[in-house]
Amino acid sequence: MEATPAAIEATGAATPSVVRLPPAQAVIGGITLARWRQLAIIACVIVALVIPFVVKNFFIFQLTLALVYALAILGLNLLTGFNGQFSLGHSAFYAIGAYTAAIMMDHWDVAYYWTLPVAGVVCLISGFLFGLPALRLEGIYLALATFALAIAAPQILKFSPLEHWTGGVQGIVVIKPDAPFGLPLSSDQWIYFFTLAVAAVLYVCAVNLVNSRTGRAMKAIRDNAIAAGAMGVNVSLYKSLTFGVSALYTGIAGALGAVVAGFVAPDSFTFTLSIQLFVGLVVGGVGSIPGTLFGGLFALFAPNVAESVSKGLAGAVYGVILILVIYVMPSGAAGLVRLIVSKLARSAR
Amino acid sequence: MTPLLRVANVGVRFGGIVALERVSFDLEAGQMLGLIGPNGAGKTTLFNCLSRLYTPVEGDILFEGASILDKAPHRMVEIGIGRTFQNLALFARMSVLDNVRVGGHHVARSDFFSDALHLPWVRRQDHALDEIAWELIDYLDLHAVAHRSVADLPFGLQKRVELARALAVKPKLLLLDEPAGGLNHVEVDGLGRLIRRIRDERNVTVLLVEHHMNLVMSVCDRVVALDFGRKIADGTPAEVQRNPDVIAAYLGTAA
Repeated sequence: MEATPAAIEATGAATPSVVRLPPAQAVIGGITLARWRQLAIIACVIVALVIPFVVKNFFIFQLTLALVYALAILGLNLLTGFNGQFSLGHSAFYAIGAYTAAIMMDHWDVAYYWTLPVAGVVCLISGFLFGLPALRLEGIYLALATFALAIAAPQILKFSPLEHWTGGVQGIVVIKPDAPFGLPLSSDQWIYFFTLAVAAVLYVCAVNLVNSRTGRAMKAIRDNAIAAGAMGVNVSLYKSLTFGVSALYTGIAGALGAVVAGFVAPDSFTFTLSIQLFVGLVVGGVGSIPGTLFGGLFALFAPNVAESVSKGLAGAVYGVILILVIYVMPSGAAGLVRLIVSKLARSAR
Repeated sequence: MTPLLRVANVGVRFGGIVALERVSFDLEAGQMLGLIGPNGAGKTTLFNCLSRLYTPVEGDILFEGASILDKAPHRMVEIGIGRTFQNLALFARMSVLDNVRVGGHHVARSDFFSDALHLPWVRRQDHALDEIAWELIDYLDLHAVAHRSVADLPFGLQKRVELARALAVKPKLLLLDEPAGGLNHVEVDGLGRLIRRIRDERNVTVLLVEHHMNLVMSVCDRVVALDFGRKIADGTPAEVQRNPDVIAAYLGTAA
């Protein structure tokens, strides 16, 4: 890379009068990129609001679950995509969230909506505490340590001394809530809207977070931890807190999942769930927040599609789908969208 | 008067190897001190002691009269020590603007909660931080690339981004670790002028670790030379250049 002398020596004195423009906005079809983004968000919101009135209840149920997965993947993405820490143990945090909610509803008759903040706080604390020893581990070693968590979780949930709380192998059945205030919605429709609202709030918070001072510190640690420390970022504190916040997101997703599915059982939270979340993360795009929505849809529907193609070879079909997806979008759905946008912008110029 | 920085009898060992042996020197505020020496002389080791990545086994490092050895690495910016790195340590996937903003991390206060909710006081702080960052981006002529990802920039520009990030710390003492590495002669001249301008216009004291003798000799007020972990010379550039030990260390003895 050739650099001119001017590239080293700044020529001008401070010129504060220069207008501070946002990044040069590409224009596609006479509309700026920022406006396209707004339009896309509005379109998604409209579709999300209308869809439960035009599809069958079972499909609404599936969409709700996809949204729950997306939220869990968002939690994983905050950790991996924005802070550079790996986890194969997020099924454990999902399980903690789900069981917190189920136990509260089953034992103390707590309303389902109050279980979410409690599940979030419980997971925040568990994640933070797990993040402390994890500080000593990097990359694949951290992946292994978190893998241990995923392996342990279902067995602990079946452990007989805890059976009174966890319901052992049977798990806990939760009564699905109906729409309040006599709203003319089916139970599935209502849970869908409830999940949508919770997810919307948490997505907005995540976008705020990654674009803030805290988010910049998280990303700085991901890119170069030593330099981040030299710039005054308390690396250990941010890493363990990010672990906590990541677990909080996944835990709230777990609590929602318990409400949506209507029951919790240890075998729903095996290591396979961790891998599903991880696949959703990669397929959606590591480090992309909108990508997690695609990841959630993929995590839920790809196995179903595979099964509809061939009952006997569902696993193999799923594998083929996965390879095709990674081949077509090596940096996830978010990467593909970025590529298409930059191509369009170039051809429009 | 207490010097801005006092390195007193600092010793560092890695296993049985002595990396630094009783190295002492003072750095007065406003000075530009060059730290030279052949490869393996202990320059970077000393540097890493100053930014608290290593802890010396003996001696002390005083900044404005107070020891820095009981402070964590991330506290160095709070007392006013900023640094750049030998082979660049930028946040590659972040924009130039965000890199510089991270330099101002300690200027603001916020947490996960207030940032996630984007509370009004956080917004005001972000504004103040943006002022600092943009002023430096203007100062170092990075305006055209402010929103570009650092990884996409040519090497020379990346060096300037790192300088901007270090200055966002608002350092009293700026540690520059081999800033001329990887630059050609013309670029090194430009860099020398830039470093002097920064020292004069922004009131920073500079400690420069450098391999490139011409740069050190042309910009520094004083030079300390290390060889095999010991200080072998300390004086004006002209004095150090004439010092027989320094000549021997760089060119080898005729023995």
